[in-house]
Amino acid sequence: MIEFLTSEPVLAILRLVIYLVAILAFVGLNAAYLVLAERKGAGWFQRRPGPVEVGPWGILQPIADGLKLISKQTIVPPGTDGLLFRIAPAMVLAPALMCLVTIPFGDTVMGMPLVGRNIDVGLLMVFSFGSINVFAIMLGGWASRNKYAVISAARIVSQNVAYEIPMLLVVVTMMMITGTLNLQEVVTQQAGGFWNWNVFRGVWTMTNPLVPVTFVIFFICMLAETNRAPFDMAEAESELIAGAFTEYAGFSWGLFFMGEYANIVVGCSMATVLFLGGWQSPIGTVPASWGALGSLLGVGFFFAKMYALIFVVIWIRWTFPRTQFYGLLNLSWKILIPTSLFTLLLTGALLTIRSLL
Amino acid sequence: MNVLAVAPAFPFADYLIAGIFLFFVAATVAGALIAACAKRIIRGVSGLALCSIGIAGLYYYLNSPFLALMQILIYVGAVCVVIVFGVMLSEPDEPLSAREQRKPYPVFGLLLAAVVTAAIFAGVSRVGLDTAWPKAAAADAAWKVEALGESLLSTYSLAFELISLVLLVAILGALAIARGGRDKE
Repeated sequence: MIEFLTSEPVLAILRLVIYLVAILAFVGLNAAYLVLAERKGAGWFQRRPGPVEVGPWGILQPIADGLKLISKQTIVPPGTDGLLFRIAPAMVLAPALMCLVTIPFGDTVMGMPLVGRNIDVGLLMVFSFGSINVFAIMLGGWASRNKYAVISAARIVSQNVAYEIPMLLVVVTMMMITGTLNLQEVVTQQAGGFWNWNVFRGVWTMTNPLVPVTFVIFFICMLAETNRAPFDMAEAESELIAGAFTEYAGFSWGLFFMGEYANIVVGCSMATVLFLGGWQSPIGTVPASWGALGSLLGVGFFFAKMYALIFVVIWIRWTFPRTQFYGLLNLSWKILIPTSLFTLLLTGALLTIRSLL
Repeated sequence: MNVLAVAPAFPFADYLIAGIFLFFVAATVAGALIAACAKRIIRGVSGLALCSIGIAGLYYYLNSPFLALMQILIYVGAVCVVIVFGVMLSEPDEPLSAREQRKPYPVFGLLLAAVVTAAIFAGVSRVGLDTAWPKAAAADAAWKVEALGESLLSTYSLAFELISLVLLVAILGALAIARGGRDKE
């Protein structure tokens, strides 16, 4: 049986199916339970209990929400572009799923790396598919033919164009330090204790002493790209109703939120992989003799780091008020872009000096 | 590197590969047709995005995943987004009235379009058929970012510098227009 399952064509198909199902389940459950975490977090930060009615401590709340959303009808408002209106939610979710294919969740188990496809351009893949997200939300907003939605769509574009630049500059900086676009390799390089993680290593090896700043820039850009508070200009419920999502009802609205949470997961995974050592242990290296158990421990480290970052994202949302729009753009064009350009140049200079020595 | 080369023993691999290839070709052609024929400009841009994704798939078939991802990043993530942004700032998305839709020279316009298309098609196919294409350099098994950077700055440095020049001119132009607009107020 085992031999049949590990023979080549069967194994390839099996891997494909398992990974597809696992990713879909992962994204769905994450979306559902991050919403609960968000609401619980919001409650605790504001000194109220959050949802408590459905199930013990409210843990069945997401399922009730899901059932409610599924049972509602998607209403396409008359006079809108029906095709684009229906396609937009799917276009928000699908690229985020594509991004998850290249994210390394762990080391190899029985000769197979715990990543959908360990492709050499994984880093680029995440950002190229991530860029489709803007286009999709914008189409949704535009197709709604609602003034609030159109305002929101215009905001999303200027916001995302502004934050895409420092984000990519930061990524180029990290690419210069790591010298590879393969995410599994980026993680492998950071083996051996937290001082070897990219966020700290650059400081003491003098490849780029400003790496912690780079990390903060990356995190801010990630918040802005996923339209999270304090940069949630797209939704801005107190001024634009629900922004681009105003006309959406039922599960097509739910899809937008699944897409948003999937994007947060992708963004925090990228921060973990690029800066916080991915599945590497914070103290030393997991011995190779531990085998599959060690790999599972690595997966645990990965998720611990990722969910800690997601907690920070939620924390920031309920702590800071929404910025004003020009404040948002000024932050990007006047602070983040010059700073990230400077770190890029500094890294280049230091790497050149190092290669000359 | 290439997913298609990973599992040669995959059952019906050839059919699957051919099917996905046809899917990308169909996406490219359909996207191009939508971009050219759509009445609403926003649909045209969506067609362009679809076409770009199809082309990215074709690049992938040419064993060049880097180029494929760049195609998506730049054409869908930047060019299409900027076009839509321009549309949002300029024109209300109202269907055209019958008077606006009437074409002044229906026959002449069609003829001109046909001639231009035929000329472009003839030119491209002539170049395609007559040129003695050199065999593609074998892709390195170990694909490296360094190799890419080196070839951009040595073999293809002219194209690289020209593109940066074009971008510089575009930035200066945008700056000049924006400054001029600000002074008038």
